[in-house]
Amino acid sequence: MNSFSANDGDRELPLLALQGLTKTFGGLTAVKDVSFTVEKGAIVGLIGPNGAGKTTVFNLITGNYQSDRGQIIFADQLLNGLRTHRIIMRGLARTFQNIRLFHQLTALENVLAGCHYRMRGGIIASMLRFPTQQHEEQAAADCAWRELEFVGLGQYGWIAAKNLSYGDQRRLEIARALATQPRLLILDEPAGGMNEQETKALIGLIGQIQERGITILLIEHDMRLVMQVCEKLVVLEYGSKIAEGSPDQVRCDSKVIEAYLGAEDEA
Amino acid sequence: MKRFKPFTIALFVASLVFAPLFLNTYQVDVLNSIGLYTLLALSLNLILGEAGLFNMGHAAFYAIGAYTSAILNTRYQIPILWTLPLSGLIAGLFALVVARPVVHLRGDYLLIVTIGVGEIVRIALVNDVFGLTGGANGIFSISRPKLLGFTIRQPQEFHYLIWGFVALTIFLFIRLKQSRFGRALNYLREDEVAAEGIGIDTNYYKLAVFGLGAAWAGMAGTLFAAKMTIVSPESFSFWESVMLFMIVILGGAGSITGIVVAAFLVIGLPELFREFAGARMLVFGLVMMVMMVVRPQGLLPARSQQLSPTLLKESNR
Repeated sequence: MNSFSANDGDRELPLLALQGLTKTFGGLTAVKDVSFTVEKGAIVGLIGPNGAGKTTVFNLITGNYQSDRGQIIFADQLLNGLRTHRIIMRGLARTFQNIRLFHQLTALENVLAGCHYRMRGGIIASMLRFPTQQHEEQAAADCAWRELEFVGLGQYGWIAAKNLSYGDQRRLEIARALATQPRLLILDEPAGGMNEQETKALIGLIGQIQERGITILLIEHDMRLVMQVCEKLVVLEYGSKIAEGSPDQVRCDSKVIEAYLGAEDEA
Repeated sequence: MKRFKPFTIALFVASLVFAPLFLNTYQVDVLNSIGLYTLLALSLNLILGEAGLFNMGHAAFYAIGAYTSAILNTRYQIPILWTLPLSGLIAGLFALVVARPVVHLRGDYLLIVTIGVGEIVRIALVNDVFGLTGGANGIFSISRPKLLGFTIRQPQEFHYLIWGFVALTIFLFIRLKQSRFGRALNYLREDEVAAEGIGIDTNYYKLAVFGLGAAWAGMAGTLFAAKMTIVSPESFSFWESVMLFMIVILGGAGSITGIVVAAFLVIGLPELFREFAGARMLVFGLVMMVMMVVRPQGLLPARSQQLSPTLLKESNR
């Protein structure tokens, strides 16, 4: 069901659809009329040379930036104008290019952040430790431990995030995002700074996430990873979409080759 | 919870309980001051230490609580301790109103705004707003507090009222810290963008913590009014806010134990060395400089593990 080619007539219902997305900063157009869809259950890669506007697209989807034009439709609902935490509550979760963990807090507490919005306990319930509040805390802790174990950090729950290795910090960020129980997971350079071993493990992890029925949209420079896991690629250059299709199609696309040659090595 | 030292804490509590038996009235009065500052610093700690929001106008909320009690007591003869929740409520609401438009500001900008709020409140009190605050003289002859038919007069008696409230506060704040709410504040402090990006309504938590911290400062204001039987603007100067800020930073932002220790040092030590009162500012300045260089995390920095016992049960995994 995940086989995909760009020109399929009977494509699956898109979970996420971007339509004519445009964002300018001052005089600079960072994202220009970008449209693409992410099908339910798929793994879609967003690639392009540095500065092509990939992260800006992510920031537009998650509401960190507001688009000047265009629509972001997630599960048939418009996300434009919603604040970030509202978008997360709709079932989207993300990681950041430059890891943004809560560094002083333990790995467990980091993951608990993802459970936060599903909990209810307020100031008074917490101060008086109502039984419902305690149950909720316990349920959240169970959920957080599950996600930690899922990404292979089960034994590091009590370690402060800043003391984890770089690769483990990336996995922790994924665990934290998974704890929000997303339908769509957005990964911004998940393999950034990882060694070969870690990247290999990450590829396995991405597969496992997909098996849980979570759709994935990722930015990645590691072409091996992209070609291996993505069913569909969207290529950006100078803020515009220059190609879209299966890895094989994109690999042969003359515009893509042009964009990459001279800019960085082709993998 | 490895560093939890039940023995030290039991010893500390016991010496506080029996202190009035051994100390003279003046010394007990100093202890009471320390207690009030501990209370205020704990309330500021929620905002500054836990949530990382720079607030150097905390005395404003303290003042509003104290004046609310004073006005209700002298004008409407409401028993002073009955005004406690109302003081908290009004100080909290005031904080929500002033924080709403500025709470999105970052660090240093928020600091400047809160200094401004503190000064505006103090100057408003001096200028006798609404003819309620008694101007520069303040409000006097506030009646003594009564608790269960017993009138509290002596510093020895206030000692138990104030430190009892401190104990209750610590009890409740530890529980708050070990909850979803407390964690949300820490997420906010650590990385606001990541917090929002993981589903936390950062604006809500900023406002909520301002309201809660201010409400607690307001209730400390009630105790202050009851203890002094007089409130005047000079008790709520900018310097008070600076002292509270200093206690929180010196003690280790987010650390309840650290704040109690720092309150003793910042308020208690100058009393021990009264003859050198002229050098007080010099010493404070030096201590702050040395601390920032040598131990910027504070005397007893907060532990990162702050989970409720139910969560700790899982620690054997």
